[in-house]
This record gives sequence, structure tokens and C-alpha cells, in this order.
Amino acid sequence: MQIAAFIVRRAVHSVVVLLGLSMVIFVISRILPGDPARVAAGARAPDWVVDNLREQMHLNDPLPVQYVYWLRDAVQGDLGLSLVTRRNVAQDILELFPATFELALYAGVMMAILGVGLGAVSARHKDRWLDNLVRVLSYMGVVTPSFVWAILFLLVFGFTLGWLPTLGRLTEGLQPPPRITGLYTVDALLTGRVEVFWDALQHIVSPALALAMGSIAQQARITRSAMADNLGKDYIAALRALGVPERVVMNRFLLKPSLIPTVSILGLDFAATMSNAFLVELIFNWPGISRYGINAMLRKDLNAIAGVILVLGVVFIVANILVDMAVAYLDPRIRLRTARGR
Amino acid sequence: MSSLNPSRTAASPRAWRELERASRRENWGRAWYKFSHNPLSVVGLITVATIVLLALLAPYVTPYPEHAGPFTDFQNAKQPPSLRHPFGTDVVGRDVFTRTVFGFRFSLTMGVVVLALVVPPGVLLGLLAGYYHGTWVDTLIMRVTDIFLAVPPLILALAIASVLEPNLFNSMLAVSLMWWPWYTRLVYGLTAQMRNEYFTVSAEIMGASRWHILFREILPNCVSPIFTKMSLDMGWVILIGASLSFVGLGVQPPKPGLGTMVANGARYLPDLWWIALFPALAIVVIVLGFNLLGDGLRDLFAAEEI
Repeated sequence: MQIAAFIVRRAVHSVVVLLGLSMVIFVISRILPGDPARVAAGARAPDWVVDNLREQMHLNDPLPVQYVYWLRDAVQGDLGLSLVTRRNVAQDILELFPATFELALYAGVMMAILGVGLGAVSARHKDRWLDNLVRVLSYMGVVTPSFVWAILFLLVFGFTLGWLPTLGRLTEGLQPPPRITGLYTVDALLTGRVEVFWDALQHIVSPALALAMGSIAQQARITRSAMADNLGKDYIAALRALGVPERVVMNRFLLKPSLIPTVSILGLDFAATMSNAFLVELIFNWPGISRYGINAMLRKDLNAIAGVILVLGVVFIVANILVDMAVAYLDPRIRLRTARGR
Repeated sequence: MSSLNPSRTAASPRAWRELERASRRENWGRAWYKFSHNPLSVVGLITVATIVLLALLAPYVTPYPEHAGPFTDFQNAKQPPSLRHPFGTDVVGRDVFTRTVFGFRFSLTMGVVVLALVVPPGVLLGLLAGYYHGTWVDTLIMRVTDIFLAVPPLILALAIASVLEPNLFNSMLAVSLMWWPWYTRLVYGLTAQMRNEYFTVSAEIMGASRWHILFREILPNCVSPIFTKMSLDMGWVILIGASLSFVGLGVQPPKPGLGTMVANGARYLPDLWWIALFPALAIVVIVLGFNLLGDGLRDLFAAEEI
């Protein structure tokens, strides 16, 4: 009951935020001087065609009315035509989204495992050299932008050491697996093509790690400080006094409550990863939604820009809800407080 | 009872002012003592000071100031780092070190201008929403803030920058438009707390104006968290600015924006690695410097809410 109330409350709030975001995006996409109907029809179309089109696109109506039409179309999955590809933006995005999602997924796994792992190691060896090393590394991780990591990894792993391939999702000449989910590694496994899986996996390591570095550092810092805080609490001393093995104290009683701040930041970071992918996809020539978005931005392809931002915004908001639910699961206090209302 | 503090009763107004000044000096001295005993904070301060000096004196301290613009010297193009060109030269023969130092100018301008545009409105909205906590003012301001915070900052900045003409000023505008909510949220939390404190309530009882309560009672108590956040934000704003110019929506070539230089240099990896690598490291150094400095200030003010 309480959980249900919590979820409903969260969902209503998200819908409000989403509507607000759609308004911002709509304003952005209509702010440019210029005539969308003329652009859509082409420069050499006769005036009456443009006039008809303008009526069809509801451009003669007042802005709020235009917004309602735009929103209705967007909800139905019609984001308009892209000026560059001359196709429906929704179709373009649907095709490119899995590539970015796969990248973010691998980055997310790296964030969770490496970030929490490093943080836990750091806390366990608090104030010794291993701890200090992790702290220095995580400081560097936080302040270095993802595109700098991308360049460093490209240089070191790709060119100098030659361990990992440098560009794209697959080695040229290799047939991509048949599209089931759009995630190459998953599709390759589903169709039993191990060599394609291995190749795709190698391609994804550097860009995913470059994306994840900042967040790994952040997770390590947060996990460390949460564990260090809880380490001094009475219940830990009580458990130790009772003779509970140190491993059990660490893993069952210390790690779980310490993961609460980590989980909430992790979710936000995962969603933000999709937007940081803008920079990394560019360097690794990764055919994802971000590279598409950048091209749209540089060519002022307004429908495509609005579509990309809307999709990424929705991902961000959905991730936020999931995070809140995970945190509520981990921390009963939050669940109760929110359900009762502030 | 008045004899409890003899210096205070005995002193003339002038001596009293003198005393006040001395105690302020003492406070500064104590703050500096605390700050300087964390080596990382001092490293941050020195890094930031060096970068600011380099940027200010760029035409005098760089070996080839004319390389900061549309200059070509194909004879010396694509030189690896050497004594003459510590960071090497780019594909048209410009000294990368010179351009990096000039790049600091754009980065610092970005940080200063964005914060100057963002802090006053952000703080004002936070004060209002916090003071009128629970009324429609609060709801309106904080819902709008939520919307801006609900989207990853880079995406919104990219979207705004993309519909404008790509240049330094518009990229600053774009970053500003998505940055103010952070200050609103910070000040909102502080103000909502402080409006119930005794000093605010007693000012209200004495009939002080809203203006007095907001700006003379509450705002001074928010100053140190705000300043700490500003010093930390300098680094992040510079980073976002570099990201924008990296994708081509910021400083335009031939001007030497750090992000622009990294993006152009990335095309010549791995052979001409120095063209992209040194500006990239420069971004790391500048962000690191402001972060260390900001962390030092945070410890100093014990401002945990940031």
C-alpha cells in the first residue's frame, strides 16, 4: 500500500516534469527565425504549396495551440521529418538508440562494479596507501572530462599498445548480427555468432570505460565515505563484540546501508551517461543517437534536435523513478516519509 | 552587568572600530592558517593563480603571441614537442603552447561570465521561494527549477547553443540558462531553514521590511556556501564550456578555445598526438585547480550542504 502510494506520487511528479520539459523543447524548436513550412517544402516550391503546408502544419495557429498539436503528435511517436535524412525523426532515433543504449549499459555496469569495488577496497584499507591511491585516482577521474579519457584510451589502448580496436562498433567487413534487440553483443549471442560477439565486445570496452570513468570515481568516493561513516557507528561495534565474522559485518551490515547514496547517484550518472555519450561517440565514431544529435545541432535540424532531447529527457526521468524505487527498497525510512507526504 | 566587558564600555567609537578591525584581521589569519595547512588546497590556489596570471599576461609570456589567430607557417608545421615548441606545432605551424595559454583566456571568461549571469537570479529566486515556503511562490519557482534539473545539463546547454549562432557568447548564454537552478536550490534550502531562526523571527516582530529580512538578515548567512559553490562551479562551467566548443558550438576557429583545439587535434590521432593531448590536459589542470581550491574553501567554511 505504502509502496503503491509512493510510486503513484513519483509518477505524477514525473509527468509534470515531462510536460514542462516538452514545453521547453517546443519553445526551443520554435525560437529560430525562419519558416518551417518553407524549409519542409524546399526552397523552390511554389508559394501556394508552402501556404497549404503551413495550414497543414498548424503554423497559422497561436503558439499554445501549436504546442498541443505538437505534443499530440509527439505522444503518438510522430516527431516530424528530419531535414538531413529526410525521414521521420522517430524512425531515425529508433534505429540509432540501441547503439547508444548498449554503450551506456556497459558503462553502467563498469560504474557499478568498479566504482563500488574501489570504494569498498578504499574504505577497508582506510588511510593506508591503497586508500590514498584510490582517492587520488578518483579525484583525477572526477575532474577529467569524458572526451579527454576517450582520447587517452584511444591513444594508449588503441594505438600505442594495440590491445583494442579504435573506431566503430565492429571491424569493417564483419557482418552485423541480425537485429533482434539492436545491441550487437546481445544479438550476436542470441544468434550464436561468438566471433561477432567477441569483436563487438572489444570495440565497446574503450568508449564505455571513457564514459564510465567520471562516475566510477564518483561512486568510489561516495561508497568510501558512506562506509567510513557507518564504520564508526555503534551497531558495527555491537556486531563485532558479538563475534560476528568481519566478512559478514562488512558485506551484510556495512555495505548495504552504505549503498543508498551510491545507488541514487549511480542512477543519475547512468542517465547522464547518455548525454555524455555526445562527446565520446564523436571520438570513437560510434553510430549512435548522440552523433546523430550533434549533426542535427550543427545543421539546425530542429525536429531532430527536439526528438533527441525529448528521448534523452524521458530516459533521464525514467531512470530517476527507477532510482527512487531502488532507494526506497534499500532504505525503509525514505519509503515511509514520502508515502505519508512531506 | 555593564562591567562584564570593560574594553567595550571604556572604548571610544574610534578605538572600538580599531578593535573590530583587529579581530577581523585575526579571523582572516585563522582562516588562512587552516586553509594553508591542507597541502591540496594550497596546490589548488597556486594552480588557479598561475593560470589566471598566464591568461592575463598571455601576450607577454607566450613565445609566439601572433599564433593565437589565423596564422600559418607551413615550414614549421606538425613539429613534435621540442625546446622551441614545448607542446609542438599544429597542422598549419602554430605553436600549441601559445594557443593553449590563450585558450585559458576563453575558459576563464566562460567561467566568470556564466557565474556572474547565473548567481544573482538564482540566489534571488532561491531566497523568494525559501522565504515564502509553502505558498504558490515556492511551488511555482521550485517546479520550474525541477524541470531544468530533470534534464542532464549538457543536453540542455547543447540544445540551446545549437539553435543560436555558434560563438563564445551564445555558449555562455546556453550554459547560464541551465545553471541557475543549482543556486536556487541551494539558497532555497538554506532560506527555508533560516526563516524560522530566532534572528529572522525577531526582525519580523520588530517590523523589519521584507527587503531587510531577505537581504540583510538571511542573505549574509548564505554567502559562504554560495562562494564555495561558485569556486567549485568554476571548474564545472569551464568543463561544460570546453565540451560545447569540442562539438563545435563554442569558440570558433581560428580562435584557440581549448575544446575546439582538442576536437581539431583528435582528427590527427595518433601520429600528431600532441595537438589534441596538451589542450586536453590543460582542461584537466584548470578543472582540477578550481576543484582543489573549492574543496579547501568548503572545509574552511564547513559548508556541508554543497
